[in-house]
Amino acid sequence: MSGLVWFVIIIVGLLVAAYVFRLAGQAITSNAPKFRDMTFGVAFGYIFGATLFVWATYYYFQPKITGVGTPNAGVIFFRWAVQGFIIASIAAFLFRVFGRAVGTEVTKKLFRSMPLTASFGILVIILYAITAIFAGSIAPYGESEILGAANVLAGGDITAGGDPAYPLGTDQIGRDILSRLIFGARNTVGIAFITTCLAFFIGGSLGFLAATLQGWLDQLLSRSVDVLMAIPSLIFALLLMTIASVWSIKLGVPLTIFMVLIIAVIDSTRVYRLARAVGLNIVVMDYIEAAKLRGEGLGYLVFKEILPNAMAPLLAEFGLRFCFVFLTIAALSFLGVGIQPPLADWGTMVRDLGPFINFAAFIPTAAVSPLLAAGAIALLTVAVNFVVDWMLHKTSGLQE
Amino acid sequence: MQSILKIVLQRLGLGIVTLFVVSIVIFVAVNSLPGDFAQAILGQGATPESIATIRRDLGLDQPLILRYFIWLKGMLTFDLGTSFAQLNFANFGGAGTTTVAEQIAPRLSNTMFLASVTACIAVPLAVTLGVLAALYRNTAFDKAANMFTLSSISSPEFFMAYVLILFFAVLNPIFPSLSNIYDGMPFSERLEKSMLPALTLTLVVTAHMMRMTRAAIISLLASPYIEMARLKGLSPMRVIIVHALPNALAPIINVIALNLAYLITGVVVVEVVFVYPGIGQLFVDSVKIRDIPVVQACCLIFAAAYILLNLTADILSIISNPRLRHPK
Repeated sequence: MSGLVWFVIIIVGLLVAAYVFRLAGQAITSNAPKFRDMTFGVAFGYIFGATLFVWATYYYFQPKITGVGTPNAGVIFFRWAVQGFIIASIAAFLFRVFGRAVGTEVTKKLFRSMPLTASFGILVIILYAITAIFAGSIAPYGESEILGAANVLAGGDITAGGDPAYPLGTDQIGRDILSRLIFGARNTVGIAFITTCLAFFIGGSLGFLAATLQGWLDQLLSRSVDVLMAIPSLIFALLLMTIASVWSIKLGVPLTIFMVLIIAVIDSTRVYRLARAVGLNIVVMDYIEAAKLRGEGLGYLVFKEILPNAMAPLLAEFGLRFCFVFLTIAALSFLGVGIQPPLADWGTMVRDLGPFINFAAFIPTAAVSPLLAAGAIALLTVAVNFVVDWMLHKTSGLQE
Repeated sequence: MQSILKIVLQRLGLGIVTLFVVSIVIFVAVNSLPGDFAQAILGQGATPESIATIRRDLGLDQPLILRYFIWLKGMLTFDLGTSFAQLNFANFGGAGTTTVAEQIAPRLSNTMFLASVTACIAVPLAVTLGVLAALYRNTAFDKAANMFTLSSISSPEFFMAYVLILFFAVLNPIFPSLSNIYDGMPFSERLEKSMLPALTLTLVVTAHMMRMTRAAIISLLASPYIEMARLKGLSPMRVIIVHALPNALAPIINVIALNLAYLITGVVVVEVVFVYPGIGQLFVDSVKIRDIPVVQACCLIFAAAYILLNLTADILSIISNPRLRHPK
């Protein structure tokens, strides 16, 4: 209860401070326009921001260890978060500077108008791609190689239950977590990428086909897509995975292949919608008419005339769709029905390592490995979203 | 008024047809399992006689179409059958088995409770933040809010859940990290225990609703009547709340209803993280042990809730459109 009282006191204090701040500003600058026209909300914003900054600085420089010798875990996590944020910002800034100086005219121009969030996104995507491609040579150990000790904690500090040989520790059966994180980039991201491509191939070609041919085929496809979209996608995926798990035993086909197909089909419905809508706007153009009069076949119309003109919206959708697919796969794996062991995968790792978070108050490094696995998923989707957000903003001309 | 009633009835009819077709899809999907249920219930060591008995008991010897209608009738009368796990239990002499309906009912009400707690926090918060972001657009506040919401939309739920557990249960023990609620628990305790899952869901849905609110208001700001209000000398706050917000209601209501639909169907992961005894948890457990009757019933309930809420969103946005409410 006292927490709530303190909260109210702080809020009221900030409100009073904001009022005083505006009044004082008006008096000192003899009613300069900046203070004269300042609304109360803006004044509160300044005071709130300043208070937050002062508190954060104060908290950052608290000692790492409390008086009785237990680690002050909150401070340690806060320092990591702040350092991570600063390093990420600097890296994004440097990457943008690099992009503005190096490359062709087109890329230079692209980087010139780029916000920091987008350059951060591109940098992260490139790093993930490199990790995924060269996973085999970067990782210190094998993907499912079982090493000496199980449950070694992260940090490499022997007194805190770590081991310098395994910088991020080992999991419950003694596999190196760093190696599994690196291989996870290949498996989780790779499978999500393949699934998205498949979804785009199915949804895109059917959507363009429906837009070109129209008539009964369009009706049939559109109504089936309506029905499929009426079932929440994660629920539908779980239902189909139940059935697939039986089939995979019977046919001897890995469950992962079924998962790729199921998610691709479910997500292709969303792609179909977009492709059809975009396609319908294109097929009424004169150059399509001209191509038809030339006697071009259906394949030429779809892939050589419609596809190039629908590229921009489809690319943005590809980014978003990739995020959804990636999150669905991670969720399925987290629930235990997705990518199957011994393949290294981030969702499964979060599920297996999650309980370690409960020890974070005593040994802060215990929470590192589950948060890194979950954070690896979050970081990539956030990065892709930053880039897509910027692309949409750029193409829609929503400068406001 | 006549036309609005017609549209609403049309949508309602369409919703029922969709639900019917969805039930067919679910039924066909489940019946494409190799082998049959009797084998699945009894396992490897089943004798042909016992399989035949179970087949007769479950009505598996009937043709597919007849079985669909029997199943549909059962669904409509809330007779959802008995789960395989329970049947197995009965086979080994267990007494006091429960039906799927009895299993699902308390779980569903738990999930509803979680969803309503979340909605009570998230909806006011999202609309307020959205209005503020529109009011102070392109300031540091707006940019920070944009970055924060974009990150929270795109992170997986379990990441949010674990971060919240780390900060509010482990480092500062304010809320419990396990939501083991049960029947007859006092309301305050129940609320406290479901706080962390509710906060996780709030983080996920608030972001979406807030961005939509902001976008809906900002898209109106260029219109002449807003310009007029500004030229009259109204304060920016009044322009947005009294003039822009009522006209932005349709998309906002729409996105709120969509997010409520998400709350009921997308809680699966969050319930699993916090071991919250809701319908999502039941669904995942049944998926893992391939308990078909439960999976089927849960799936249909989820689909029905999803369709219903989408329908509500549709109808509400039609009703909140003044052009349709007052036809010339």
